[in-house]
Amino acid sequence: MPVTETASDKLWKRRDRKTQLTVWGVQFVCLMIFVYCWSLVSEKTIWEFVYDAPRQAGDMASRMVPPAWDYMDKLWLAIWDTINIATLGTLMAVVMAFPIAFLAARNTTPSVVFVRPIALFIIVSSRSINSLLWALMLVTIIGPGVMAGVLAIGFRSIGFCAKLLYEAIEEIDTTQVEAVTATGASGPQILHYGIVPQILPAFAGISVFRWDINIRESTVLGLVGAGGIGLQLNASINNVAWTQVSLILLVILGTVIVSEWVSAKVRHAII
Amino acid sequence: MNTANMKSRTWKKPPFIESPMLRWGLVVGGAFYLALAFGTMDVNWGRVADGIPRGQRFVSAFFPPDFVSRAGDIFDGILESLWITIISTVAGIAISIPVGLGAARNLSPRPVYLASRAILAISRTFPEIIIALFAVKLFGFGPFAGFIALSVGTVGFYGKLLAEDIEDMDPSQAEAVRATGAGWFQWLNYAVQPQVMPRMIGLGMYRLDINFRESAVVGIVGGGGIGATLLTSFDRYEFDSAAAILLVIIGIVMAVEYSSSYIRKWVQ
Repeated sequence: MPVTETASDKLWKRRDRKTQLTVWGVQFVCLMIFVYCWSLVSEKTIWEFVYDAPRQAGDMASRMVPPAWDYMDKLWLAIWDTINIATLGTLMAVVMAFPIAFLAARNTTPSVVFVRPIALFIIVSSRSINSLLWALMLVTIIGPGVMAGVLAIGFRSIGFCAKLLYEAIEEIDTTQVEAVTATGASGPQILHYGIVPQILPAFAGISVFRWDINIRESTVLGLVGAGGIGLQLNASINNVAWTQVSLILLVILGTVIVSEWVSAKVRHAII
Repeated sequence: MNTANMKSRTWKKPPFIESPMLRWGLVVGGAFYLALAFGTMDVNWGRVADGIPRGQRFVSAFFPPDFVSRAGDIFDGILESLWITIISTVAGIAISIPVGLGAARNLSPRPVYLASRAILAISRTFPEIIIALFAVKLFGFGPFAGFIALSVGTVGFYGKLLAEDIEDMDPSQAEAVRATGAGWFQWLNYAVQPQVMPRMIGLGMYRLDINFRESAVVGIVGGGGIGATLLTSFDRYEFDSAAAILLVIIGIVMAVEYSSSYIRKWVQ
C-alpha cells in the first residue's frame, strides 16, 4: 500500500501510480472495445422500432390480460410432454455419461493416451452445442416431435453430466480404493465396491441438477419443432393470441418454480 | 456374535437409499412413470426411418465441411455473435451491479431488497430464447433484440451471484472502513468491492462464455448472429455449410472457455 508523506501529513492511496495507470489503461481499452462493438450493432438496428418499443410493450401487455384460462385444457398434454422430454432426456444422458465419465477420469481410464482424449472430445462437443441447436439438427434428421426433443436434451446433457462426474471421480478418496484392492478384488469389483459408492451421492446430485436445467430448456425446444410447450408458445405468438401467450408464460413460470423446488429438496436430501 | 454364525456371515454393500419402503417405492414409481411416458410419447417411426438416410447425409457432410461457399456469411454471423456477446455482457453486468447491491441483505433496506430480488427472480426464470422471442417482437429483427435478451439473462445470473457474494463477505473489514468515517460510496469502494472483485471478474468471464453460447441460438428466433446463418443453411438443406458453422461454433466456444478459465485462474 503506497503511502506518500507530505510535509504535514501521510497520504494513503489504494494503488501506487504504476498499478493505477495500468488499471486505467485496461479499463480504457475495454471501454473502447465496448464502444466499437456497440457502434457495429447500432448500425444494424432500426432505431425507430426501438424508440417505439415502450409503446409496443404497453400495447402487448394490455392485450395479454386476462390470460385465456380456458386454453389450459390444451396445455396439459404439452406440459406432460415437456416434463417427459426433460426427464427421459436426462435419463438417457446419465446412462451414457456414466461410462464416459469413467473413461475420462484420469484415475479410472483404461488408457490416458488413447481413450481419454476420445472421451474428453465427446464431452466437449456435446457441451458446446446448445440443446436448441441439437434440436434443430435432430428435427431435420428424424422429423419434428417429442423424440427429437428427448434426443436433443440427452445429447446436450451427456457432456455436462460426464464432466461433473469425472471431476468427482478424480477427487475420490484413494485409501478406500486401496483397501478394496488389498482384499484381492478384481477390477469390476474395485469399481463396484471402492469407487461407485463414493461418487453415488454426487451422481444423484448432478442428475437432479441437470434435470432442473433441462426442464427450463425443454420449454423452448418447441420453437424449432421438437415438441413440448414451446410448440404452443410459437403457435400462439404467430396467431397473435396474446391472452394464450400470457397463460403459457405463467405455466412455464410455474413449471420452472416447481422443478427448482423439487430439485432443491432432492439435493438437500442426498447431500 | 457366536462362532457358529460367523462362518455363514456374509457382508453386503449397504444400499444407497436406506429405507426399503422408499427404495422400492422409487423403483415402482419410476417404472410406472416410464411406462406412462413411453406410452404417451407419440413417435412416428416411419418418419424416423425416413430420416436415417438424411442423417447419414448430414453426418457425411462433416467430412469435409464446406467452409468456402458461404465463408462471407459465416464470417459476418460469427462477428455479429461476438459483438452481441461483448456488449450484452458489459451492459448486463453494469445493470446487475446496482440490482445486486440492492439484493444483498446486509446492504440494503428491506423494500429495496425485496424489489431487487423480484427483478432477479423474473429475469432468471425465463430462458434467454423466450426473452429473445419477445425482444424481436418489440425491437424488430436483428442483433439489438439478441443484445436485449442476453443482457436480461446476464442481469439475472450475475446479480444473484453478486448479491450472494456480498452477503458472504467478511463484515469486520466493512466495519473497519466504516469506523474511519467513510461515506457510503467510499465504504462500497474500499470495503465491499475489493472483497468481491476477484470472484466477480471470474464470473464475468464465465458469463461471457455463456453469452457466446447463447448468442449462437438467439438467431434462431431472429435475434441476429450466427444462429440466423445456421438456420438458413438448415432450411436450404446445405448440410455441409451447416456442419462448417457448427464446427466454427465448437471451436470458438472451446477457445472462449479455455481463455476464460485461464483468466479466472490468473485473477484468483
